[in-house]
Amino acid sequence: MMNFNVNGKAYQVDVEPEMPLLWVLRDHLGLTGAKYGCGISACGSCTVLVDGAAVRACGVRAGELAGKKIVTIEGLGQDGLHRIQQAWIDHQVPQCGYCQTGLIMSVAALLAKHPKPTDADIDRDITNLCRCGTYPRVRAAIHALAGD
Amino acid sequence: MTTTQTTMKRRDFLKVSATAAGALALEFCLPVATARAAPQAGVTEVNAWIVIHPDDRVVIRIARSEMGQGTFTALAQLVAEELDCDWAKVSAEFASPNEHIRRNRIWGSMSTGGSMGVRTSQDYVRKAGASARAMLVGAAGRRWNVPAAECLADRGIVTHPPTGRKLRYGELAAEAAKIPPPQDIKLRDPKDWKIAGKPVHRLDIPDKVMGKPVFGVDVALPGMLHASIAQCPVFGGKLKNVEAKDALAMRGVKNVVKQGDFVAVIADSWWRADQALQKLDIEWDEAGHGGIGNAEIDAMLRQGLDVTGLPKARETGNVDAAFADVGQVAKVIEAEYASPYLHHATMEPMTCTAWFKGDGSLEVWTSTQDGEAALHEAAAASGLPPERIEVHKMMLGGGFGRRGFPQDFVGQGVKIAKAMPGVPVKLMWSREEDMRHGYYRPASLVRMKAGLDQQGRLVALRAKAACPSILKALIPRAMRDGIDFTAVLGLADMPYTVPHQRVEYAVRNGHVPVGFWRAPGQQNGFYRECFIDELAHAAGQDPLAYRLAMLAADDKDRLILEATARAAGWGTPPPPGQHRGLAVMSGFGSFAAAVAEVSVSATGQLKVHRVVVGVDSGHVVNPDTCRAQAESNVVYGLGPVLYQEINIRNGRVVEANFNNFRLPRIAEMPKVDTVLAPTGGFWGGHGEPAILPVAPAVCNAIFATTGKRVRSLPLSHHELRRPDSA
Repeated sequence: MMNFNVNGKAYQVDVEPEMPLLWVLRDHLGLTGAKYGCGISACGSCTVLVDGAAVRACGVRAGELAGKKIVTIEGLGQDGLHRIQQAWIDHQVPQCGYCQTGLIMSVAALLAKHPKPTDADIDRDITNLCRCGTYPRVRAAIHALAGD
Repeated sequence: MTTTQTTMKRRDFLKVSATAAGALALEFCLPVATARAAPQAGVTEVNAWIVIHPDDRVVIRIARSEMGQGTFTALAQLVAEELDCDWAKVSAEFASPNEHIRRNRIWGSMSTGGSMGVRTSQDYVRKAGASARAMLVGAAGRRWNVPAAECLADRGIVTHPPTGRKLRYGELAAEAAKIPPPQDIKLRDPKDWKIAGKPVHRLDIPDKVMGKPVFGVDVALPGMLHASIAQCPVFGGKLKNVEAKDALAMRGVKNVVKQGDFVAVIADSWWRADQALQKLDIEWDEAGHGGIGNAEIDAMLRQGLDVTGLPKARETGNVDAAFADVGQVAKVIEAEYASPYLHHATMEPMTCTAWFKGDGSLEVWTSTQDGEAALHEAAAASGLPPERIEVHKMMLGGGFGRRGFPQDFVGQGVKIAKAMPGVPVKLMWSREEDMRHGYYRPASLVRMKAGLDQQGRLVALRAKAACPSILKALIPRAMRDGIDFTAVLGLADMPYTVPHQRVEYAVRNGHVPVGFWRAPGQQNGFYRECFIDELAHAAGQDPLAYRLAMLAADDKDRLILEATARAAGWGTPPPPGQHRGLAVMSGFGSFAAAVAEVSVSATGQLKVHRVVVGVDSGHVVNPDTCRAQAESNVVYGLGPVLYQEINIRNGRVVEANFNNFRLPRIAEMPKVDTVLAPTGGFWGGHGEPAILPVAPAVCNAIFATTGKRVRSLPLSHHELRRPDSA
């Protein structure tokens, strides 16, 4: 049995320590907001927060998470919509939407670190892949969140 | 503008929550097939498209699929426009494929491709809205015993102005449903639109930003198992032998399914299934294709170009006579252009969940561009009659043509679940399987020959294209006299007024599967518009002026090219260090043009700073989603210019994942300025047209910057650094 702290709740799950966090979340905890896109930490569709840092859930193993606080898209807005999610609606960011939960989690980590990110900060930290090309709206929404 | 929460009833039962003890608790209620048979009390289907609740909520049924393009919202807007309901009370749901076939295909086409979602169903969905509106007004007239003509409908309320009486749609729906639909339906003039034509918020976005389980891969069912698949890496090959002993002994593994060209492992989580899959010892029969690589494919296409007497896609004037006559043709320019196979790379890999139920029925959940085709695929794979199968259409994590034709992943999902009767099984492909088992954009080779007169005008043009035919591979009955129209798009229908033209096509289908990749035929835009640029340069003329001289005054290509060039400031100095290139190309019912602004550094590094995209689609149903589609087309068009390619070695695909089939990131995304210039009178698409001019505009800008003519893509094979800057 392994212990996880996800979205403020304690879970005990019988999984191997080698299992990537993504599959613990998706197949064992029923939290499907983090998506599988590549399995090699390239696309960022599975991004979640681990102790506040953006982490690709396909690249971190269950055994590495003891005592760590995990936040997924399902737990981002404590009471309904988080302000990033609201900005995503205001700017009509998503198209297919598949990569967007990962993008939103990456942006949450970025804004926690840089409340007023420059374009260079965005280019460096937001490396998530979006096949639909929502990038211009992602950038605009981040700047709006920063009060630019 | 309103935001409306999507009601996705079909998925509401797919709720999974985990308890603190780690056990999986499933809140499960009966799925839709039965829900539809026993509708909620007081809820009325006014017609197949429109369901009205007593509290005035309106549910609009959508037959096409939503893969990001915005059809789900745009079609709802068109229905709501004619229905005159309150948009704030509108939600949408997918029409049931099972009900569709049982009700004699009542929702028209479920196929979603070719940028056709809106343009080929706008007529009947608007009529459905107008018809329901007339029935609601008729019901009010009956209730009040006044002529319907005296009643008005607006925002979900019918009013009788002479007496001031009002009734809500929710109060009228049940009676309205009993009134025969009107015979003559007059549709609203788009200039009077109140809901359509407006940038209303998309209905699907709130659920998507919340991370709700809306996609095919998110399906969760009680006792569901997971499957990972390995398909024969050599196209056309078959499974020969599998040693599965080690895999079967692994934790959570339930079964190994062997079928014609694939083997799948079923386990209690996808990761466990995939780990076990990698432990299989598989022997494939490569069907003699194991020796084919890029060189063999290139030779196949080249041989096609050398054949004489090919089928002609266009013959205008007398090309041979023109080239032979020095009085007509003073200068001949020839060039060969090429592009590689390309993969769709939807962010959500192929997926299908299937459940053979105890009562002999089958339920399928999948991300498909065609719910009806998925149903028939499931029928063929299961041996069950279509009436016994329900397909639950999920939101697509991208489609771009991969999920329309064929429905291979549905057939596999059904065959895999068949090995576990009574148990739902969710198949998801790994990214590597997805990358290596696509239906790729055809590799192609085109030879162009132009004849210019003394003044540099283009008087004769010959184009010979050699590439695999998508239609021959997937829909052979659509071939016409040896021509696949997708293979000669932009060449056979070139708008330039050139007196002598010939376009020939060599069908060369190898063993690599080909399919509809966003804007099929778009590579011809790269060839044609870059070649025209070469001719303008040879004639010493401005690329815009050169094109305009060959376009009639009222040609819509001309109008969109002018509008786009004007918006981009063509003819004014570009930002320092940058150069511009332009292109125009039309297709999918619309007219599109682009101007790209690029710079190339001393080390040869390309930066695309801005792309101005213009689209004339006749009418615009949602300007904001149309702009989003233009942005989408720019990035989808840019990847193949920069670095995307699918290479073949030993009969199989070399690329495996996003490390070697790269997608542009936000840092590479240019600024996109979109010009929507609808000229009215026709209905064009938005999902694909804007991609057509992107590659040639960028490559023409590269020429303007470096003097280097790029005739094959991607750019990763080219050295852009100027020799003088070394």
